[in-house]
Amino acid sequence: MNETVIQVKDFRKAYGSFVAVDGISFEVERGEIFGLLGPNGAGKTSTLESLEGLRFPDGGSLRIAGVDPARQTRQLRSLIGVQLQTSGLPESIRVDEALRLFCAYHGKPPRDELIDRVGLSEKRTAQYHQLSAGQQRRLSLALAVAHKPPVLFLDEPTAGLDVASRVMLHDLMRELQAGGTTILLATHDMAEAAEMSTRVAILMRGKIVALGTPLEITATGAGLTKISVRTECSSLTAPGLSFPAVAQTMTEGEYVIFFSRDIGPTISALIAHLAAQGDALIDLRVERPSLEDRFLEITTKGAAR
Amino acid sequence: MNAFAQHFAFEFRTGIRNRTLLLMNYLFPLGFYALLGLLFAQLNPGFIQVMVPAMSVFAVLSGALLGLPDPHVTAREAGIFRSYRINGVPTLSILVIPVLTTMLHALLVTVIIAITGPLFFNAAAPVNWVAFFLIYLVMALAFAGIGILIGVISSSSRITVLWSQLLFLPSMLLGGLMLPTSALPASLAKVALILPTTYAMSAFDGLAMHGAPSLDPWLSLGVLAAGGLLAFAMSVFLFKWDSKNVTRGRHPALALLAWAPYLVGLLLSF
Repeated sequence: MNETVIQVKDFRKAYGSFVAVDGISFEVERGEIFGLLGPNGAGKTSTLESLEGLRFPDGGSLRIAGVDPARQTRQLRSLIGVQLQTSGLPESIRVDEALRLFCAYHGKPPRDELIDRVGLSEKRTAQYHQLSAGQQRRLSLALAVAHKPPVLFLDEPTAGLDVASRVMLHDLMRELQAGGTTILLATHDMAEAAEMSTRVAILMRGKIVALGTPLEITATGAGLTKISVRTECSSLTAPGLSFPAVAQTMTEGEYVIFFSRDIGPTISALIAHLAAQGDALIDLRVERPSLEDRFLEITTKGAAR
Repeated sequence: MNAFAQHFAFEFRTGIRNRTLLLMNYLFPLGFYALLGLLFAQLNPGFIQVMVPAMSVFAVLSGALLGLPDPHVTAREAGIFRSYRINGVPTLSILVIPVLTTMLHALLVTVIIAITGPLFFNAAAPVNWVAFFLIYLVMALAFAGIGILIGVISSSSRITVLWSQLLFLPSMLLGGLMLPTSALPASLAKVALILPTTYAMSAFDGLAMHGAPSLDPWLSLGVLAAGGLLAFAMSVFLFKWDSKNVTRGRHPALALLAWAPYLVGLLLSF
């Protein structure tokens, strides 16, 4: 049976007359990587910070493994690890000192091996201000997981990271997930959200406008699937041709591109047409709408309202 | 080593690693001490009678008012306290540890001054060493309490400098460090009674140096202790984890309550 670890019910947060989060509800199960997406000002940070116990909700309820983040802060600290968007460490603290200090405050023995795990072995005794932005974020991640929390909050974890660091971070996330850690991932990087998240919620003006697996979300959009076809005799460029479910056609070099609402009938008709014309297929590519396309579709529509 | 001890050790090392703090904790007070010992003691021979306590007060002033507040503001603005909060660092550690490490840095400077002053500059040594270090602790608590309170209420580093200088300069000029308060015009002598330095010098003079202070030294010690405790209590009351979250903000003007003991001292002088 699945175990709900994060429970957000009718959560509301306002700053004066501005409502940042307007009654959102979602649940995250143990071992999930749950992506929280949305444009700036959508309410992601207010939601995250309230779950982290940094802000008090104005309505609804929040629970992390049954703990109320606003009231049971002591119990919360051992449950959650947080990688803040801005790392927030004293400039002169050394990498090993920071790890020892935070482990001590969590009542855990120092985990020096984490320094190696996040690729900071050579920077063990470097002061925080001597680290690059990417190294600072990696240290921040090591500190977030140092006390082995069952729930991890990651706020833009790969912002400013090079490719190798990004791969390392994703590997670590998968490793933690396999070990049962629940991860709440707030990101602007749609490719990362699509690749890493088991489910995502898209926030817009304080409300959840889409919730599901990345595949579910992309499938429910009005987005058109792009079908690019290249043939030997270019029979698809003949004027007056039409195929089922095709909304738009264009040419790009030697390719004819069809934007289809339903790829099954479109591709069947295309193949049948080529066979009838004696034309041979050289290349056929199908590109589903990405999470980014769907995100832009939702947020653009939302902004226009 | 427990978390508090680790945090204390880190903060203490920061007081030496950080160039600005190294300057305020050690280089500035020791440099000024050497300068006064070489030049001012010859211009004002009476100065050698109070040189050791005066330079001890100066060391605390430098560390507590010029060194302590700004890192607190910077840490709050940089989100360090948010990070601390998430990781279970208690408010008291954030406030107590810098106060204690500042007191310890200034104590080391004080020990250097107390040993070398009589040797190199013929300064009067404390007659009662126990009283000297007891007064040092109370005085350092009073100034460090004010220093951390300035850090807590200041909205930016620039404001921190303003508040610190507003206290530092009058304390230097009117608090009995360079000239005895008895040499001040009557009106300025009254103004001096709202400065902690005046009470510190009076307590040192009466209890550690066996001089003839113009104020009751025990009353001075009491005023300093009350001022220090009140300043620290107000720091805890007004502390904010971050500058962006204003929902639980309390008005910084409440910090003025920390001045109540000094105003009582002033009223008692009439």
